[in-house]
Amino acid sequence: MNFYGVRAIYGFEMARTWRTLFQSVVAPVVTTSLYFVVFGAAIGSQIDEIDGVSYGAFIVPGLIMLMVLTQSTTNAAFGIYFPKFTGTIYEVLSAPVSFYEVVMGYVGAAATKAVMLGLIILATASLFVPLQIAHPLWMLAFLILTATTFSLIGFIIGIWADNFEKLQFVPLLVITPLAFLGGTFYSIDMLPPVWQTVTLFNPVLYLVSGFRWSFYGIGDVSVAVSVLMILLFLALALAVVAWIFRTGYRLRS
Amino acid sequence: MTRDTIAVFRRRPPEPTPAAGSVTTERVVAAPAVSVQSLSKTYESGFQALRRVSLEIRRGEIFALLGPNGAGKTTLIGIICGLVMPSEGSVAVNGYDILRDWRITRSLIGLVPQELATDTFETVSATVSFSRGLFGKPPNEAHIEQVLRDLSLWDKRNDKIQTLSGGMKRRLLIAKALAHEPDVLFLDEPTAGVDVELRRDMWALIRALRDRGVTIILTTHYIEEAEDMADRVGVIQRGQIVLVEETAELMRQLGRKALKLHLKTPLDEIPTALAHHQLELSADGMELTYTFTPEASDRSGVAHLLQDLSAAGIAFRDLHTEQSSLEDIFVDLVREQS
Repeated sequence: MNFYGVRAIYGFEMARTWRTLFQSVVAPVVTTSLYFVVFGAAIGSQIDEIDGVSYGAFIVPGLIMLMVLTQSTTNAAFGIYFPKFTGTIYEVLSAPVSFYEVVMGYVGAAATKAVMLGLIILATASLFVPLQIAHPLWMLAFLILTATTFSLIGFIIGIWADNFEKLQFVPLLVITPLAFLGGTFYSIDMLPPVWQTVTLFNPVLYLVSGFRWSFYGIGDVSVAVSVLMILLFLALALAVVAWIFRTGYRLRS
Repeated sequence: MTRDTIAVFRRRPPEPTPAAGSVTTERVVAAPAVSVQSLSKTYESGFQALRRVSLEIRRGEIFALLGPNGAGKTTLIGIICGLVMPSEGSVAVNGYDILRDWRITRSLIGLVPQELATDTFETVSATVSFSRGLFGKPPNEAHIEQVLRDLSLWDKRNDKIQTLSGGMKRRLLIAKALAHEPDVLFLDEPTAGVDVELRRDMWALIRALRDRGVTIILTTHYIEEAEDMADRVGVIQRGQIVLVEETAELMRQLGRKALKLHLKTPLDEIPTALAHHQLELSADGMELTYTFTPEASDRSGVAHLLQDLSAAGIAFRDLHTEQSSLEDIFVDLVREQS
C-alpha cells in the first residue's frame, strides 16, 4: 500500500477544492438557498404538510441529495478527466500506485467534498426551516455512502469521457432529471398510480427516501430497501472500477 | 530480524540473484539498469510499434536512443515506465520485472515526458512535492529544495505553473521526475524548446546525476548532443534496434574524415602517381579531397599522401579536415535500412 501516494492524490484534489472555493462550495449553497426561498417559503407556504412535516422541511433531505449527487459526480469526473485532458495523467500511470489507490485518492477527495457540502447545505437549511434529525448516525451513513457511490460513478464517467461534452452529459442529462423525478420535491404518494410504479425504477428515489427517513422517520419505500439499493449501486460501481483496472480501459494502450 | 533490518529491507529490496550468463571473469555484476528482452508492441489499431526489441542499458551510463519520428522510441520508454502495456517480451529494471515487481520498478524510475504536460494552477513546489508523495516517498523539504535549486527553479517555487515559460516547464518536469530520487531517469526529448544556455546547464545537471550513479536514458533530435553526452548510442528504426554502440567506437568505425587541400595552381586531373589514394578533385581543379577512416589513417595515412604530393610537385596553400558527425552516420544508417 502506497500511503504517501494516496495522500498525495487526495491532498492534490482537496487543494483544488479550496482553490476553487467559490465554485465548489459557495455556488451550491447559494443555489440551494434559492430553492428554499422559492419552494420552501414562497410556494411551500401554499402546500399542505406531508405526513406531518411542513413542505419546507420535507424538501431539505431531497435538496441535499440533489446537490450531493450532482456535485460528487461532477467533481470526481472532472478530477480524473482533467489530468487525462492535460496529459499529466502520465505521472499517475508511471507511479508505484495501484489503480485502487488512485481510486481511493480521487474518489475519497470527491466524496469528502460532497459530504462537506451536504453538511453545509444542512446548516444553511436550518436557517430557513425548523429541522429535526431522527436518526443522525443513519443520516451520516446515507450521506457518506451516497457521496462515495456517486463519486465512483463520476470517476467512471471521467475515465470514459474523451471530450467535455461527454463529461457533462451524465451529470446534467441523467443525474439531475433523475434527482428531480426521484421525490426530491414531492412524495410519490402525490403521483398517479402509473407514475408511482415508473418512479420505482428511478434509483435516486431509494436514496432520497432513505435519507428522508433518517430525518423524519418517513419514506416512500422501506429503509431496508433503501439501504440494500444503495449498497447494490456501490457494488455495481466497484465492479465497473474493477473491470477498468483489469482492462486498462482508456488509460493504458 | 530486528525492527531496523525490516525497515531497511522494506526500503531497499535485496539485489535479485543474477541469471546465469551475466557472470564476468572478475565478479558477478549487478543486473543491468534496464534489460529489454524480445519486446513487441502492437497497438489495437494494428500498428506494430516495436518488433522483438532486445536492449541492455548499463548502470550509471548515459544512453541516447536515436531514431526518426514514429520509430518506436516513445513506445519503448512508455512500456518500461508503465504507460503502455507490452504485447510480448519482458523488461527488467535493476533485475526486477516491470509487470511482476511493478511497484519496485516504478519507484526506481523517473520519467520526463516529451509533451509539456503540467498542471496549471498549482505552485512549483507543490507539484514537485506531489510527485515525491505519488512515488511513495515521505516528505523531504531539503531534497525538494536541492532539486529546485539544481534546476534554477528555487526562485519560482511559489509561482503558479501557468506563469512559467516553456523552458521552465521543461525543467519543472525534470524536477518532478527527480523528486523521488530515482535510480533510472528517462528523458524524452529533454532539450526541445530550451534555449542554448539552459540546455548547457541541463546537460551539466545530467552529467552530475550520472556521476551520482543515476542511469540516464534519453532521446534527442539534437544528434550533436548525443555525440557529446552519451556513453552509448542506440538507433531504433521502424520498431527495431538497428545498432547499439559506444559513441566513441561508433564515431571511430563509421565516422569518416575528409582532408581538404586548397591547391596553389589548379590541376586538370589527378596525377597517376596519386591514383591509389582516395582522392577527388573539385570541378575548378583547386581543391583535392582525401577521404579516410580514422582506423585506416595509421596505415595508408595522411603522411603518405603528403609525401606523394610533394614528390609530384603539387603545392597547396591551406588544408583542413572534417569529421562526419553522428548525424551523418545516423542519416546513412536510416537510409541503408529503408
